[in-house]
Amino acid sequence: MPAPEQRRIIFQHIDEPGYSNDIGCYVRNGGYEVLKKAVTRKPEELIDEVKKSGLRGRGGAGFPCGVKWGLVDRKSGKPIYLIVNADESEPGTFKDRYIIHQDPHQLIEGTMISCFANNVKQAYIYIRGEMPHGARILEQALAEARAAGFVGKNICGSTYSCDIFVHRGAGAYICGEETGLIESLEGKRANPRIKPPYFPAVLGLYQCPTIVNNVETLCHVKFIAEHGGAEYAKIGTPNNTGTRIFCVSGHVQRPGYYEFPAGTITLGQLLNEVCGGPLPGRKFKAVIPGGSSAKILRFGERFKGKRKVGADMVDYDWGVEDVPMDFDSLGMIGTMGGSGGVIVMDDSVNMVEALANINAFYSHESCGQCTPCREGSLWMKKITTRMVHGNARAEDAALLKGVADQIPGRTICAFGEACSWPTQSFLAKFGDEFKAYPETKKTKAAGTTALV
Amino acid sequence: MIASPKPDLVTVNIDGKEIAVPKGTNVIEAARLLNVDVPHYCYHPKLSVVGNCRMCLIEMGMPAVDPATKAPIMDPATGKQKINWIPRPQIGCGTNVSPGLHVKTLSPMVKDAREGVMEFLLINHPLDCPICDQAGECKLQEQSTGYGRGYSRFIEQKNVKPKRTQLGPRVTLDDERCILCSRCIRFSKEVAKDDVLGFIDRGSYSTLTCYPGKELKNNYSLNTVDICPVGALTSTDFRFKMRVWFLKQTNSIDTETSTGANTVVWSREGVIYRITPRRNDEVNDTWMADSGRVLYKQVQAADRVSAVKVGGADSALDIAVNAAAELFKAGSVAIVGSGRSSVEEQLLTKQLATALKASTHLVSRVGEGDKLLVSADRNPNVRGALVTGLIAALPSAKLTDLAAAIDAGKIKTIVSVGEDLTAAGLTAAQLAKVAIVYLGTHANATSAAAKVVLPTLTVFEKSGTFVNQQFRIQKFLKAIPGAAGATDDLVVLAKLVSAATGTLVSGDLSTVWKVLSAAVPALGPVTFANLPETGLLLDSTPFAALPFVEGETLHYKPAAPAAAATA
Repeated sequence: MPAPEQRRIIFQHIDEPGYSNDIGCYVRNGGYEVLKKAVTRKPEELIDEVKKSGLRGRGGAGFPCGVKWGLVDRKSGKPIYLIVNADESEPGTFKDRYIIHQDPHQLIEGTMISCFANNVKQAYIYIRGEMPHGARILEQALAEARAAGFVGKNICGSTYSCDIFVHRGAGAYICGEETGLIESLEGKRANPRIKPPYFPAVLGLYQCPTIVNNVETLCHVKFIAEHGGAEYAKIGTPNNTGTRIFCVSGHVQRPGYYEFPAGTITLGQLLNEVCGGPLPGRKFKAVIPGGSSAKILRFGERFKGKRKVGADMVDYDWGVEDVPMDFDSLGMIGTMGGSGGVIVMDDSVNMVEALANINAFYSHESCGQCTPCREGSLWMKKITTRMVHGNARAEDAALLKGVADQIPGRTICAFGEACSWPTQSFLAKFGDEFKAYPETKKTKAAGTTALV
Repeated sequence: MIASPKPDLVTVNIDGKEIAVPKGTNVIEAARLLNVDVPHYCYHPKLSVVGNCRMCLIEMGMPAVDPATKAPIMDPATGKQKINWIPRPQIGCGTNVSPGLHVKTLSPMVKDAREGVMEFLLINHPLDCPICDQAGECKLQEQSTGYGRGYSRFIEQKNVKPKRTQLGPRVTLDDERCILCSRCIRFSKEVAKDDVLGFIDRGSYSTLTCYPGKELKNNYSLNTVDICPVGALTSTDFRFKMRVWFLKQTNSIDTETSTGANTVVWSREGVIYRITPRRNDEVNDTWMADSGRVLYKQVQAADRVSAVKVGGADSALDIAVNAAAELFKAGSVAIVGSGRSSVEEQLLTKQLATALKASTHLVSRVGEGDKLLVSADRNPNVRGALVTGLIAALPSAKLTDLAAAIDAGKIKTIVSVGEDLTAAGLTAAQLAKVAIVYLGTHANATSAAAKVVLPTLTVFEKSGTFVNQQFRIQKFLKAIPGAAGATDDLVVLAKLVSAATGTLVSGDLSTVWKVLSAAVPALGPVTFANLPETGLLLDSTPFAALPFVEGETLHYKPAAPAAAATA
């Protein structure tokens, strides 16, 4: 079956020749028309459209956006804040950066529509600290939008006013966790908060109800406001509506970003047809389908079970290539759609060394609050680093698994899962390679690049 | 007075045992009431909950109800309502009770979680218990014994961090021992209101430190040492002095102000090594000021009075008492009592005054309150003097009345119970005009000028009670034997009273208490022995009109003006 055509609704203008990120270009292409119409509608109507659309958050967890908005405490009398989570930090993910760099007004329009729908008077774009250029572009775009009356007082001539500020992040992965982000925005260390009681929808920024949405999610809201929730829901598959942007990196012929209706393309189609397959003379070995914290898949393994198609339960028997790229299918086979970062590894990769790299990242990014994540992530890193430096032991495989198993589900935020899932899944899928690594290392030529 | 409404009770089931606890109680505290230990590090009952140590993970479930009808779902096997257990462990500190909450603290999931956390906490811990001051009272030691696996799988290099950082004048930090529970940070911010501590760096390399250019030097800094569950924060004063398991603990009271913070005095073989706070939720919670912790140093101070003296020459107690009695015979005696004396001593001082028809005086000490545990009244027991009738009005800082009386030649003898009369405003010339009988612990201008010097005991060497600013009578106990040459104040006072009246009066504490409970109706059947450790509130209404100097402090609000009280 040939791969379906890309459908670009969010990345419509990305890398389009002649398309620039200034407001003039955006308006020439029909920009801010949706906002102009939105402010004449009832906010509840817009929320309903988002609920109808079935839009799921694009930050990684895939939480339904309409439900998130529905949880907001609107009776407290406190102001409601909206925060755009532009702290795109998950290794393998680079979709939000394209939007910010090349189409910032799309984000601003989507943000303003969401603010209007939720009666938000102040929004923040929390942009990753390592993206100073993106921050400058956003500042420029906001200044343009403010001057044109799309942001600030009396938007599009209405009585509605709302401002957006750009806040540069503090340079840590954990700043992307929504409660860590809120702490960071308040000027503190980005230590995620305990939930309960600090659910952002009730006690978020400055202890006020707060909505935290991903950059891409808000761009989808703009599309939904334009075309209606029902129309949006027709894209993709039930419960996985709209398009998904896949950021493919690693050992494929054509890495890059690709936008497809969710669930209509399989992993095999994406890698073999869209991305041109493996590099010459190589075979695919493994793929991480949703950002580096997602559990890895091994080419050649099979997944069997029952899944819901319409009202019926049908059997499925999938190889890695057959898995449809949507939240539910990837969840069913024990990994996740996450942030859409597809990391491909071919048979040149040693999995111990790949894991050593991932562990080095997560141990560096643990905030240090919860004991299991703080100590476990560094311990795993120390083990894998020791292994790749030539002191591997046969029992390290079992030890790594033992350490990783003590982390997930026992921490304040999902970082516990993020740092332990790679180790757990690498061991489960490539355990032999870990056990054999002491022998492998004896005959292995030294790498050209230094290992962690 | 309107009775406080009964707090809403919630029934929860912990390890199969049911208990009703007030709404808002967390699982750790509810379990404590059932004598079920939920181990924890970061949680502290008097600080905000952060839930970061993950030691208190428990298994939790709620009774199952049909989502549509809300009818309970029964378990046919047991005939009871089915419990929906949450598949992930939850933190006990951050989970408040709700009706029907079920908790397992001994399930395999909980055991595994605790073993995991214990192992993680120890991998980068230096395990230098043999030289660590916390050894013996270390939560890491206790809980790794109780809940750990007993062996380590860690063969990597441990993290290296600073070993002896001076956070302030009284606190030394060993960062390698720190388990990053953040209790000290929260204490500094929330209780001491001196937000100087914080973590720098990330992950396992996180390091506790002071804000650049600041020091942990507030008067409550040593509380961070008390609440540190491990040996990271140590008292510079106590560091490397003594193993805690050798120390005897004696309940005492902080004498520096009228707050009356409850304390524990830690001593060995007659030597005090440290003073720490003792929890009293009505008085000092679990805190005390640093300034109260060094008071034990007065015991072995160089200026301690150690010899009975008559006319400047060494003497013996009975001879000195007789010498005092001779002075009393001339009449015109004034007695300067003390707000630092115990209630029992004040009672005998009052008896002495009555016997001698002497005027009584008290020296006031007023400083600035810190709104926490240091109140404006720096005497621990002015209210005791009121309750015993030693004084009827609040004292002033200077003994001006007494000075005038001396100048007018109306006074021949002054009995000073521990007070330095020159510090209280009398001049050397005035002292020279009278004969002085000085009972006291330390030498000063008054003891030097005294005809009769009777050495007495510090608060650590005797037992008694103080009445704090809330009119709460609290007892302190003898921690160490009295210094050589000194005699219990009660014995000395009783001898003086006996000499003055000609009838034998006992200086035995329990006997004095019989007189005391007769004199203070509020005490009723209470004896010194059965006075609760957390004290007993006395009726303060007879003194409501007095203009006490204290401002608001922890658990104390000055009485509202009379007008407001009736409104």
